[in-house]
Amino acid sequence: MQVPAQFEYARAQSVSHALSLLDRYGPEARVVAGGHSLIPMMKLRLAQPEALIDINDLSELSRIEVEGGELVIGALVRHAELLASAPATGLFPIFQDAERVIADPIVRNRGTVGGSLCQGDPSEDLSAVFAALRATAIIEGGDGRRSVPIRDFHEGPYETAVQAGELLIELRVPATPGTGSAYVKVERRVGDWAVAAAGAVLSVAGGVIERAGIGLTAVGAEHFCAPEAEEYLTGREPGEEAFAEAGRIAAEHCSPQPDQRGPADYKRHLAAELTARALRTAMERI
Amino acid sequence: MQVTITVNGLPYTREVEPRLLLVHFLRDELNLTGTHWGCDTSNCGVCTVQLDGVPVKSCTVLAVMADGHEVTTVEGLERDGELDAVQKGFMECHGLQCGFCTPGMLLTARWLLDREPHPDEGTIREAISGQLCRCTGYENIVKSIQRAAEL
Ligand code: FES
Ligand code: FES
Repeated sequence: MQVPAQFEYARAQSVSHALSLLDRYGPEARVVAGGHSLIPMMKLRLAQPEALIDINDLSELSRIEVEGGELVIGALVRHAELLASAPATGLFPIFQDAERVIADPIVRNRGTVGGSLCQGDPSEDLSAVFAALRATAIIEGGDGRRSVPIRDFHEGPYETAVQAGELLIELRVPATPGTGSAYVKVERRVGDWAVAAAGAVLSVAGGVIERAGIGLTAVGAEHFCAPEAEEYLTGREPGEEAFAEAGRIAAEHCSPQPDQRGPADYKRHLAAELTARALRTAMERI
Repeated sequence: MQVTITVNGLPYTREVEPRLLLVHFLRDELNLTGTHWGCDTSNCGVCTVQLDGVPVKSCTVLAVMADGHEVTTVEGLERDGELDAVQKGFMECHGLQCGFCTPGMLLTARWLLDREPHPDEGTIREAISGQLCRCTGYENIVKSIQRAAEL
């Protein structure tokens, strides 16, 4: 039987209450929402927070809305809610592609968008999705709110820009019309972490690619993105040749680690192939 | 700390440690052993219960997080001595062998049918994809849920 070490528990009533609780319990306190990353780690004693601040009652963090030309996704939005959200998946089908293959339906009922990002697992799917979309993370602390580009959000495995005493509030994605997006993942079985996965976001103007976003997970891509491949695509005619080359460039800049999910060369192969496939589907969806 | 959790319509107040998992609260504090406990790692889904009407894996929810909320377990499916349609469907179509996965399957099936009264086979398989049947009786589980939809 796996039992977490002892900790104190407090339930936050509002964002400011959560921040004051974080302040009171200090740096060894952790925020818990869905708990599907943190509680398993606590059961294995890989995490031993002294206190848990439960933010499940903060309904202000549960919104999915288009506001001022941006899609706003609250940190407490459950995976199942994002999957079912017409505004989000209508604008960006990449959310639907990714959410359908994140964990399983029961876990998705509980796990949250913010929790997934804050866990900072190097194989996490939404990190690649938001990187491809060039989202902005809104973080609040004692000194107010600040914006962090998602490509600066992950500072390393399990390390994010959210500092002690701070709370991730929401993600903002520029709701650019005329954008195509897609996500492709290879997993060993339903609900598993990715062996590799790629997301792509494209917009085209005057017959050439105006803007490309590529997100990669589980393959050791720095900040979950592929800037060299994006740069290659920009200004180029979209098509098979360009997409294959972009995949090749993206794979070249990854550093996949061999593990029980596969050897490094296989993962690198997947990075190239899945990038090309995601770009192809994104293009079809424009 | 003190929690009050409404389980199958009745409020239960208990003094618990924050680290107590909901599955153990149900089984050990309330003696509701219909909720099973298997992998302990949110993979197998035998511990699935409904929290405020939504299926969750209770080995990955703290009892304190359910304070003030409503939980439905397999014991709460029957009404006034009459089995729920999903229970009848599983009975009629041999939807269980050892029965270990059954409580979780029933609660997910009930939730699915509440949202989608006539799901196709693909939808059913997707809905139960987070739950393992160690007897691999998926064919009959799917048939049982389809049968329940007719009842
Ligand atoms: S015991 Fe909870 S998912 Fe297996
Ligand atoms: S009936 Fe035995 S585990 Fe499903």
